[in-house]
Amino acid sequence: MKAARSFFDSVRPHFEKGGKWEKFYPAYDAFETFAFVPGHTAHSGAHVRDAIDLKRTMVTVIFAMIPCLLFGMYNVGLQHFRALGQPDAAFLDMFLFGALKVMPMVVVSYAVGLGIEFAFAIVKKHSINEGYLVSGMLIPLIMPVDIPLWMVAVSTVFAVVIGKEVFGGTGMNILNPALTARAFAFFAYPSWMSGDKVWVNTSGGTVVDGYSGSTILGNLAVTGKAGVGYADWSMAEMVIGTIPGSIGETSKIAVAIGAFILLWTGIASWRIMLMSALGALSMGLIFNAFSGIVPSPEMQGYLGIPFWQHLIIGSWAFATVFMATDPVSGAQTNTGKLWYGFLIGFFGIMIRVFNPAYPEGMMLAILLMNVFAPLIDHYVIEANVRKRLKRVQPVPAKA
Amino acid sequence: MSQEVQTIEKVSEPLFSKKNRKLLTDPLNDNNPITVQVLGICSALAITVQLKPAIVMSISVIAVLALGNVIVSLMRNFIPSRIRIIVQLVVVAALVILVDQVLKAFVYDVSKQLSVFVGLIITNCIVMGRLEAFALANTPWKSFLDGIGNGLGYAAILVAVAFFRELFGSGALFGYKIIPDSWYIANGGFYANNGMMLLPPMALITVGLIIWLQRAKNTKLIENA
Repeated sequence: MKAARSFFDSVRPHFEKGGKWEKFYPAYDAFETFAFVPGHTAHSGAHVRDAIDLKRTMVTVIFAMIPCLLFGMYNVGLQHFRALGQPDAAFLDMFLFGALKVMPMVVVSYAVGLGIEFAFAIVKKHSINEGYLVSGMLIPLIMPVDIPLWMVAVSTVFAVVIGKEVFGGTGMNILNPALTARAFAFFAYPSWMSGDKVWVNTSGGTVVDGYSGSTILGNLAVTGKAGVGYADWSMAEMVIGTIPGSIGETSKIAVAIGAFILLWTGIASWRIMLMSALGALSMGLIFNAFSGIVPSPEMQGYLGIPFWQHLIIGSWAFATVFMATDPVSGAQTNTGKLWYGFLIGFFGIMIRVFNPAYPEGMMLAILLMNVFAPLIDHYVIEANVRKRLKRVQPVPAKA
Repeated sequence: MSQEVQTIEKVSEPLFSKKNRKLLTDPLNDNNPITVQVLGICSALAITVQLKPAIVMSISVIAVLALGNVIVSLMRNFIPSRIRIIVQLVVVAALVILVDQVLKAFVYDVSKQLSVFVGLIITNCIVMGRLEAFALANTPWKSFLDGIGNGLGYAAILVAVAFFRELFGSGALFGYKIIPDSWYIANGGFYANNGMMLLPPMALITVGLIIWLQRAKNTKLIENA
């Protein structure tokens, strides 16, 4: 620790005013404050004393995502060996196979994203914001395993530049950057982001009879059943997460651990999570009620799955816990959060079931509600203003 | 008094005076119809998927703008101001029909690709904007230069956007393959075309990036907050 401190102190003069690397002060500042508690204090005005700063918030969210990341690595290996007909491969084999697939994506996402953040900070001469630490971890977790790395890189560039920096950087973005990356990849490279070829890595071997690489939602959209033959997934598997899907979202248990950490530390809003669940469930109930009257048997099957199952198939859980609760792009007022969360769940399930082009609707639902969040807040505040104005209405004088 | 001013103008105005040259060059950068005035966006989004239709569209708009400006400028002293919009519309509509017929006769396939957007030049805000703001108050020669200048400003943005959209969206320029076939993943390579470039939102984002670049270079465009 002492060595690190003295290293920072020894190179500091080069980055300060007049030093030879003066331009790169934001980069130095980022690394120093990452390693040590910043030495500067607020100079003026009233300020809130709190043990938690932006960096600590972000690191907590990353901790909450680690179970998803680790399980994702294991699941990538598991799906691979299962598809090749070797379901008894050793645990470590599976995990290492998955780690070798997932880690490069994490590295690419961080290297590209942080590179852009550093460049912008140096050109615009502000300190580097920590916002990307979370987005950089989220991006690989919401991609399919077989996507080429350069597509991850291009999507990351798009998300950081168009989704964030043009609006003024961390804290100013109207859309969730990680979802912006995914939406970009989804529309730019559709054949690597959807369908039944991308969710399971089958390289280096022939697949077993009856293998299909489609996800549960993909199956439901086509056949109205959760799975057939090879992929006859049980409820338990959906909860544990040993199913094909984007890397980090399959395990509902890992997501629940993350949700617990976020709620316990008070970083994520319980209002958004709770209302998103209620929204999804109510949409599910509406579908259940109408499942009898649709003509096609596939649609009947899809509408008829028990309403609560919508919470464990697909990425509802991951999206709600880690994406919908993004404090920047979500609604800010408490009442607004209730509406915002509810509509995310509601629209997410609606898009998922009704639009066969988008087998999973959570991404689009959250991006849509991101755009509407300021409007929701506006009406919540207006309502509050009206309520309080009524309270001070002068009593008309008696004639 | 007014006669005096007129004679002075007539004497001191060479064909390509500095002021007249400015009419031609201003819309290319400082007063670009798309990136600064933000007019004519709809067609910029709709027909920039490929370079060829974008260029044909640009030429059509330049022709309509220049001729329309000259005609309205010639008539400017006879048009009653109450019905000037209708007169302008008649002029523009006649010109657009002419352009449409020419396109159908000589470049039929492109004209089919452009479909309604040639007809919609009538409602292009740039055309009406220049007629209202410039041709009604200026001499035919100046109006002609202004029309050409604004048309070129429009064309520059259209071609730039179409260049990027066709290159990254289809891997081609003017329909000729630029990116070798062996690069594509289907043929054992690593590359894939960006499907989002073919969708209208990407045209909007590309125009946005051009505006960003232009304002970074040309700081007098930045409004004071």
